[in-house]
Amino acid sequence: MTAAYAAAAVVVAALTLYAIFGGADFGGGVWDLFATGPRRRAQRDTITHAIGPVWESNHVWLIFAWVALFTCFPPAYADVGTYLNAPLTLALLGIVLRGAAFVFRNYASDDPTMARTWSFVFGASSIIAPFFLGDAIGAIATGRYAWTSPFALSVGLFNVALCAQVAAVFLIAETDDPSLREDFRRRAIRATIAVWIAGLIPAALARYAEPAFFSALTGSIARLAIAIAVVLGIGVMLLVVRNREMLARVAVGAEVVAVLAGWFGAQAPQFVPAHWAIEIAAAPSTTLSAFLIAVACGAVVLIPSLLYLFAIFKIRSRPHNSV
Amino acid sequence: MGTSLAFHIVFAALGVGLPLLVFVAEGVWLRTKRRAYYDLARTWSKGMAILFAVGAVSGTILSFELGLLWPTFMRYAGALIGLPFSLEGFAFFVEAIFIGVYLYGWDRLSPRAHWLSAIPIALSGALSAGFVTMVNAWMNIPSGFRLVNGKIVDVDPIAAMFSPPWLVEGVHAALAAYVMTGFGAAAVCAFALLRRSAQDRIDQVRAGLTIAMIVAAIAIPLQFIAGDTIARFDAEHEPAKFASLEALWKTQRHAPITIGGIVGRGETRYGIEIPGALSWLVSFDPNSEVTGLDRIAPTGYPPIATVHYSFDTMVGSATLLLLVAFAWFVFALRKRDLPRRLLAAIAFSGPLSLVTLEAGWFVTEFGRQPWIARGLLRTGDAATIAPGIAVQLYVFSCVYVILAATCWWLLRRVGRKPQAAARKPLAPKAATP
Repeated sequence: MTAAYAAAAVVVAALTLYAIFGGADFGGGVWDLFATGPRRRAQRDTITHAIGPVWESNHVWLIFAWVALFTCFPPAYADVGTYLNAPLTLALLGIVLRGAAFVFRNYASDDPTMARTWSFVFGASSIIAPFFLGDAIGAIATGRYAWTSPFALSVGLFNVALCAQVAAVFLIAETDDPSLREDFRRRAIRATIAVWIAGLIPAALARYAEPAFFSALTGSIARLAIAIAVVLGIGVMLLVVRNREMLARVAVGAEVVAVLAGWFGAQAPQFVPAHWAIEIAAAPSTTLSAFLIAVACGAVVLIPSLLYLFAIFKIRSRPHNSV
Repeated sequence: MGTSLAFHIVFAALGVGLPLLVFVAEGVWLRTKRRAYYDLARTWSKGMAILFAVGAVSGTILSFELGLLWPTFMRYAGALIGLPFSLEGFAFFVEAIFIGVYLYGWDRLSPRAHWLSAIPIALSGALSAGFVTMVNAWMNIPSGFRLVNGKIVDVDPIAAMFSPPWLVEGVHAALAAYVMTGFGAAAVCAFALLRRSAQDRIDQVRAGLTIAMIVAAIAIPLQFIAGDTIARFDAEHEPAKFASLEALWKTQRHAPITIGGIVGRGETRYGIEIPGALSWLVSFDPNSEVTGLDRIAPTGYPPIATVHYSFDTMVGSATLLLLVAFAWFVFALRKRDLPRRLLAAIAFSGPLSLVTLEAGWFVTEFGRQPWIARGLLRTGDAATIAPGIAVQLYVFSCVYVILAATCWWLLRRVGRKPQAAARKPLAPKAATP
């Protein structure tokens, strides 16, 4: 494997982690917007407490992928930034408002008007951001930067469904309250069905409108990854139905990995199909090796810190001292 | 992009400085067990939560805008300046992780572990400021490559990262963050004391004032040393910027420092001149020669008046800050109550430190024009060709106004609420089976 491929792997790995964890946070916003029924408030509280400690670090995966992209593949980055200016700006707007709104509504909780307004902004921007990020990915896959094409838009829709699914599955295990768990379980089942349907649309559209990408999708790596994603998707459903939420978490994460592997496997060795091959878009080898060394050193600090964060908030069950 | 940076820099600075204040406050609480310090740390950490979130999202805007607004610059420079950005990514990661640990860990960690978790936040905050400033240093003096027929070859990312001004600029930027946070936080406390609006927790406010002023009073004199070093560095390496700072047109020995004045084409009139002072500052010899704008091609002029006034504003307001810090130090040393007039001065120094920060940023950015990377790429050539940029700028300007207004409103609420009442019972968390 060359340095260029290693760097590309870092970019895609960061994007994948963002898709899982950042995606779950966006999905949390979606369920916040669609919180219904008698336990509406409790649902929102669960979401707030699940996202609160981790959303900022989850968000850094995107920054990191973006920075890695311009460090290692400057010309591809410049083109993506130019030709996908509109969807990326809209995604950015969503990302910014989501983060700010989440904090604002939490600290304004005793002013109903403010809290309601920012809650709504939080939910709405949690849909906008993943939609346009998915759309941008779809646009790259077309090889024409065609972000208004039905295919790209359908990828955006698919991404929103995926976020909602990941979030719902993750949320089941975030609460002890049986009725709340039931709420999220039902949402997870619905979202999984939504992912299946929303996944068929881009596949069908690619078949008719994006022949180049479709034939790439049927290549060996992509086909295998998609097959795995489908199996995992069914697995998520079964695990959720059978109350195995911890295993379901793992399965839904793996499902996202498989989806991204399918997308990238179809594109490789192109970074931006029809425009930039990985090797050609790559920065000089001195930059790549300095970057890879920096990543290795950074990982030594980052991984234990992340594990510590998740150990505190996602594994240890109860607060030390009661509040 | 300029708007974004001017906005982000405030939150970034507070994001670097506040963790230090919180760390000190909680540390004092752990030692003395005095409730006021605990309350102070809690109140400040709420402010930190809000400001850090806004800083994080506005930083996201910046990193995106690099590609959305300056794709040509990134095409040129991405491979050269990516390394400090990547390292900044890691620093930001650590910061975000421990912000999460700190803010949500009050009841989940032992007090000591919780206190220690503020260290990585403060440390990585200062480091990210340093890394980002390394990029700015590179833009001032691009290095780590050779230009052959207009193409960049022999890329050396390490040399690019450590371009000559990296250390002086990095220290200057980090200190600026502590100056602003120190005076900013002190000003809030001083304002509350002046208005007598927090009588029920006067101890907390006094403690806050002391901690913030200690940080400010340490940082501001150091900042003068750092600033002086940079100025001398600029005189040698960036004569166009230096001559603009001082609005010095004629290359001369015995060069004066000109304060204010009207910057015209070819001369600066009606300014207060201190003869020989500039030559002396540059090389400690009043007879040394200082390069003026006459040695620089007019196509390479920065907007001289803007740079000059920004520079005067920065130095002038920093001098006032230094005086305030000194006055406070004198009173604090004698353990005397602060007179109302000094409290008013401290309250005023909050906004003043913001002005200083922005003026300093204006100096470095406008001083580098017309280049985005000096000698390599002009700003105009680096901008995107994508349509609709004006709309984008308006939209994001509106977003900034809304964010800043909400932030202000929230911070006032957080500041006003006594800690005890502010502690809402947390919702039943979230036990994983």
